[in-house]
Amino acid sequence: MTQEHDKVDGARRSFIGAAAGLTAATVAPGVILHTVAAAPRAEAVTDKVRWGMLIDTAKCADGCTACVQACDRENGLDLQIKPEGASEQMWDRQRAVWIRKVQVQDNLTGRVTNLPMLCQHCEHPPCVDVCPTGASFKRADGIVMVDRHTCIGCRYCMMACPYKARSFIHQVVAEKLTATPRGKGCVESCNLCVHRRDHGEASTACADACAAAGHHAIVFGDLTDAGSAVSKAMAAAASRQIREDLDLNTGVRYSSI
Amino acid sequence: MKRIVYREWRLQPERYWGLLAILGAVAAIAGLAALYMEHHGHWVTGMTNQVVWGTPHVFAVFLIVAASGALNVASIGTVFGRTAYKPLGRLSGLLSIALLAGGLMVLVLDLGRPERLVVAATTYNFKSIFAWNIFLYTGFMVIVVAYLWTMAERKVNAYSKPVGYVAFVWRLLLTMGTGAIFGFLVARQAYDTAILPPMFIIMSFAYGLAIFILVLMFAYHQDKRPMGDVMLFKLKNLLGVFVAAILLLTLMYHLTKLYGTKNHGVEAFILMTGGIYTAMFWIGWILVGCLAPLGIVYHPVLGKDRTWIAAACGMVILGGLAAVYVIIIGGQAYPLEMFPGKTILASGFHDGVAGAAAWYSPSIPEVLLGIGGVAVALIITAVGVRVLQFLPESLSDQVVDPHVAAKG
Repeated sequence: MTQEHDKVDGARRSFIGAAAGLTAATVAPGVILHTVAAAPRAEAVTDKVRWGMLIDTAKCADGCTACVQACDRENGLDLQIKPEGASEQMWDRQRAVWIRKVQVQDNLTGRVTNLPMLCQHCEHPPCVDVCPTGASFKRADGIVMVDRHTCIGCRYCMMACPYKARSFIHQVVAEKLTATPRGKGCVESCNLCVHRRDHGEASTACADACAAAGHHAIVFGDLTDAGSAVSKAMAAAASRQIREDLDLNTGVRYSSI
Repeated sequence: MKRIVYREWRLQPERYWGLLAILGAVAAIAGLAALYMEHHGHWVTGMTNQVVWGTPHVFAVFLIVAASGALNVASIGTVFGRTAYKPLGRLSGLLSIALLAGGLMVLVLDLGRPERLVVAATTYNFKSIFAWNIFLYTGFMVIVVAYLWTMAERKVNAYSKPVGYVAFVWRLLLTMGTGAIFGFLVARQAYDTAILPPMFIIMSFAYGLAIFILVLMFAYHQDKRPMGDVMLFKLKNLLGVFVAAILLLTLMYHLTKLYGTKNHGVEAFILMTGGIYTAMFWIGWILVGCLAPLGIVYHPVLGKDRTWIAAACGMVILGGLAAVYVIIIGGQAYPLEMFPGKTILASGFHDGVAGAAAWYSPSIPEVLLGIGGVAVALIITAVGVRVLQFLPESLSDQVVDPHVAAKG
């Protein structure tokens, strides 16, 4: 009995060997391909950079919505479909918006200013503070975004955001982009085109569109790099945060306002 | 005081089951409403990206606030040593658990992703007041169950006082936690004030007691158990004190806000120009919820009439719902002041153009879900008093008041 146990089963060994070889041959290309595809994103996000923007409202043109349209395309917001039976008015209040144009007038001087409003990517984001599950989070590089796997749709972040930057997905989502997953019942907002960051691209869709339209009102870049275009622009012109009183140290700043 | 004998609620079976059937039907309709909203998404509700918390939150917050208030009667007996209130401690504990369960059900079913409740129960961000509240709510349930046990089981009666103290402190924390959900929202003009947590505590005292009195009167009336004037008048006078305190805190809240010029906009909105919110504030919150019930409970004639006392309780509840509506919906309808000193001329996202309030109208499924929370609370209470000994057999003056007993 013992002898039988001790005896090496050659057939079994060769079968296992062949099976292992076959498995390796099948899986390996996938693993290698995956590794190659992931290469630009393989490095962990660090706080050596802080992404941010300077928006020069003097250059933001009245009636131009290039940034809004570009954001809608880039992040699949234009794929949202009005649910059957919903009124136009309600849909306009319920569809997700990441960036919008706002026109304000000074009560004393009457001066009119145009500007795009979006998530201000605060250093101390109230939306992150209030999120019960930690789904609303800030990356090391300053981008504030939502983990759609842990968002329970409580909308407390929307209550807390001083900029009304967040949208709740009120409807069933039929179509979405791979780079921007979207699902009914979760909250989302501008993530500074995070997929572009992770692929090492230089700018955001809104900034590119603004430049393409000839306005150059939005300058995007690394706020910690003194040589970056955004840092230089900030050093050159006075800029301010919206709701400075809250002391959130926003990553998005405005000049000429 | 005589020894208190507790008995199950002995309503005739057909009436009892009839009552349960009605409440069950209301709860089932609420379940269907929740399924409908969950299936289609929140676009079928009146909620938008401007008013993100709607009618379900009004009911949920009202029920949660009332839950901690309903425990007060037990606390008065245990913590403050008023023996007259001790016979009512058990019902007080049961009602507080029931109201909390109803409120939480509504809150959870209104989540965008209710099926991810397990995420909320396992993944925490401890800076979030919501996360604290998850512990405050579940802890409250556990503590009150323990409290009920110490009250009902003679062997552990001795622990009733310490557990009662813990429950009392916990219920204060719970209501403050609920008030802090709003009070600590620094960005919104209607909130951002530390007076909201104490105001919620005072509101909880009144709303919880109003519901308690109504449930008690109904239970005793249906079962033909004696309830003397001594007990009822104690309770209604206490309700009057709590309602007066709401008025005081409401005054404090608005004076605090009015003192700073930066809040004049939101104050003008709630107090004068807010349309439905202004109406709900003055007619609902102040007139129906405070002044009218105060007038009734302290009126020399009406204040001694049971029908009027019940009406006063009903008014406090309706006024309470109006108050929570003004706080939650009104606070969101007033546009965020992102650009002080400027007027918004145009916006691609309903930013309060020319100061316009955000639009909100409650949808039927939202209201049904909210009412379902009330039904669930009442089902739990009705089943509780039926199967366990929660209700004293008699609350006659002889039982409750030692002086009357001595005379008798």
